[in-house]
Amino acid sequence: MSRQYLIRRLMIAIPSLLGISIVLFTVLALAPGDPFGELASNPAIPPEVAASLRAKFGLDDPVWTRYVHWLVAMLHGDWGFSFASRIDVDTLILQRLPTTLIVIGAAQLLAILVALPVGVLAGTRPYSLFDQIANTLAFIGFSLPTFFTGLLLILIFSVRLDWLPMVYRADLGATGWRWFVEEVKQSIMPVAVLGLFQGASLVRYVRSAVLDVVRLDYVTTARSKGIGERKVITRHVVRTALIPVVTLVALQMPVVFGGAIVTEQIFRVPGIGSLLISAMLSNDTPVVMAVTFVFACLVVLFNLIADILYGWLDPRIAYR
Amino acid sequence: MNERELRRLIDDVKSGGLSRRGFVQKMIAVGLTAPLATQLLAFSGVAMAQNAPAYKPTKRGGGGLLKVLWWQGPTLLNPHFAVGTKDQDGSRLFYEPLAGWDPNGNLRPVLAAAIPGREDGTLAADGKSVTWKLKKGVTWHDGKPFTADDVVFNWQYSKDPATAAVTIADYKDILVEKVDDYTITIKFDKPTPFWANAFVGPRGMIIPKHLYADYIGAKSREAPTNLKPVGTGPYKFKDFRPGDIVSGEINTNYHMENRPYFDAIEMKGGGDAVSAARAVLQTGEFDFAWNMQVEDEILLRLEKGGKGHVVISDGGNIEHIQLNTTDPWTEVDGERSSLKTKHPTLSDPAVKQALSMLVDKQSVQKYIYGRTGVATANFVNNPEKFRSKDTKYEFNIEKAAEILEKAGWKKGADGIRAKDGKKLKFVFQTSINQPRQKTQAIVKQACQKAGIEIEVKAVTASVFFSSDVANPDTYTHFYCDLQMYTTTMTQPDPEVFMNQFCSWEVATKANKWQGRNITRWRNQEYDDNYKAAQVEVDPVKRAAMFIKANDLVINNYVVIPVVARPGVVAKNTKLTAEISGWDNNTWAIQDWYKET
Repeated sequence: MSRQYLIRRLMIAIPSLLGISIVLFTVLALAPGDPFGELASNPAIPPEVAASLRAKFGLDDPVWTRYVHWLVAMLHGDWGFSFASRIDVDTLILQRLPTTLIVIGAAQLLAILVALPVGVLAGTRPYSLFDQIANTLAFIGFSLPTFFTGLLLILIFSVRLDWLPMVYRADLGATGWRWFVEEVKQSIMPVAVLGLFQGASLVRYVRSAVLDVVRLDYVTTARSKGIGERKVITRHVVRTALIPVVTLVALQMPVVFGGAIVTEQIFRVPGIGSLLISAMLSNDTPVVMAVTFVFACLVVLFNLIADILYGWLDPRIAYR
Repeated sequence: MNERELRRLIDDVKSGGLSRRGFVQKMIAVGLTAPLATQLLAFSGVAMAQNAPAYKPTKRGGGGLLKVLWWQGPTLLNPHFAVGTKDQDGSRLFYEPLAGWDPNGNLRPVLAAAIPGREDGTLAADGKSVTWKLKKGVTWHDGKPFTADDVVFNWQYSKDPATAAVTIADYKDILVEKVDDYTITIKFDKPTPFWANAFVGPRGMIIPKHLYADYIGAKSREAPTNLKPVGTGPYKFKDFRPGDIVSGEINTNYHMENRPYFDAIEMKGGGDAVSAARAVLQTGEFDFAWNMQVEDEILLRLEKGGKGHVVISDGGNIEHIQLNTTDPWTEVDGERSSLKTKHPTLSDPAVKQALSMLVDKQSVQKYIYGRTGVATANFVNNPEKFRSKDTKYEFNIEKAAEILEKAGWKKGADGIRAKDGKKLKFVFQTSINQPRQKTQAIVKQACQKAGIEIEVKAVTASVFFSSDVANPDTYTHFYCDLQMYTTTMTQPDPEVFMNQFCSWEVATKANKWQGRNITRWRNQEYDDNYKAAQVEVDPVKRAAMFIKANDLVINNYVVIPVVARPGVVAKNTKLTAEISGWDNNTWAIQDWYKET
């Protein structure tokens, strides 16, 4: 892999990001709704207030001027401010990033930690009892939507058993060990719901990838050379089988930053997902624009990272 | 009820023959608000009742953390920008008005030393000025004293159009003068019977001059205090994340004795109403949750846990059905429901009368809303005490059919009534919301029996309630025959509320459907009455005019009120929290305490 390749890929990313931002901006501008709708429908507030706010926030300009303004400001590092709370968008996002990373990141980690060993074991012993059980559980896992498992866990662990809190609080008001214990307690349910949901589908991918590789001639050769089974699996099988899995995981990474709208809503996790949904509901364009654009950037970035990882995992893949 | 009867009632109160409470309830029954009723009394020289809240704790603090749940968290903490109740409720933890509205519509002083009245001359006889005495010894959270300058500043801040404050309507037409450090006078350019708008209630919270003086007008968004409130309230600001959390800690210099009881407060946002109810009523994780838009059946089930219960408070919200007076199916000059048309069938009073008899309000209350929606005949709330006396509404399919029959609407082969080739077929729209769809079904069923065909339509709430000019499905376009939603009364004085039936307020293409008269009903008598009320000096005459306005709307079947939607909150059984339908949920937050 050459440096030129990297530079070229980054150059290609620029027009595609520009394109994405134009599409996002137009769609948001065309979408129905008005951030000051609540003002307009309130008889106690004179219409001039909404009108002056619209003028102040530049909402009456044509779409393309607004887009250019936004782009120029964005390039200067100014993300604009939320219409709903009048706070700078970057502050809003940064406020919610730690929680998102902790909860969704832990869920992804859990998914990988569960899926890798289970998938590999199931793949190397196809149709064994373990494989059958793992398969069944995986099917159940990704067939059940998160809003269902979330509510189920709440019913069992919060309402019936009263072990875990059902509301996630970003500000626990405790320090040291107590903070850690409480944080873990309140994270268990959301992390479990998300992690197991994603882990379940990942198990299926890992299993089929391993299944494909394990039958190949070079694996038989490795075995016949007398290398131990454990080494065959870890060094020869898994490394090859991981290539498609890496793509999948890499493309999942932006989701970690994007949050999980449904799960966040159920457990009241103040992540990016709940920020996005409330911004959409109140037609808070600058926030929606910023969050979706950051998301787009991450997708592009992680695509690139996935491609680079390929080269590392499989030297036959060369980039020019 | 006319002016003379009103005067007689007021005299009864003066002589002690009628209780204040009884008077207020009588006023509500004829379509006035409780605050307006108490203002009438104050103007007639009957002092406001001073009912101090029951408060048991004998020392400040010691109550631990108070956890409250607002399933839509506050996004703004400057009361002059607070559009929704969530923002007003959040701001109220830190900021305070001169006085608040109690559940009976009386004013209770907060930052005022006393409520103005005729007896001590603080309320001018001509209704053109009111003088407020401020409480002495109140300090802002940063230690600076609270004085008349702060109050005057709030007026200047809000009335400046460049500030774009949502409270501007309350301040732009008044003149506020400082008399001395602890006295201000509000002057009105015309006699103002409803004098307690500015500096009072949800929109009257006062922000500190010394922190906002540099941010008046166009720079209003940049004030750092917008995000870190410094008020006079029982809690000092600690943390704020829009839509997620507002937290505060005890103000040890608070100006009321032994208050607050809790050492800290945390207002958590996000999620949905049902799980919020669960967190208070079933698991007890939180002490209080606002706005329980949950079916009563579920609330009742959750209450069985015994950890908390639901509190209902009367307010001014009415779920009602509007009848279109224009023709929604004919396009004239690029708009439907144009003023140049007349509704082909709904213009017949008999049809409207029959429809009003086909809305089974009792069943809607009994099977859908329960305690959270009370069947009503008035366009303004109607407490239980007076419901039986008010026989203006009835549900009677046979009688409705009879009325239609008499008016010449005969059943055709398909069972649908018709006259002159025009069939009684209506499209009935509302927003997507389960109780509303159930109500639609109840109305549809009854209408079918009477020979009226109803086609129900449900529009996503975000579209239905939007002010999008291009979308024909918004409620202001009203491109169908009937529609249903809840109208909210955001001010205690009905003047603004009742302008939604004035002919000059009609929503049309010309005003981008921003007019408030959605039904497009135009009535000379109503208009004249409304205009007269606006300039009426005598508060009693004015009140009588508003009663007449309510009667006109109901008797002409412009709208069919369905249920009154009282405020519904859930609270821990041990928590004492006084809730008023005329003010914020947190209007008495300083008095909240928990039994141990």
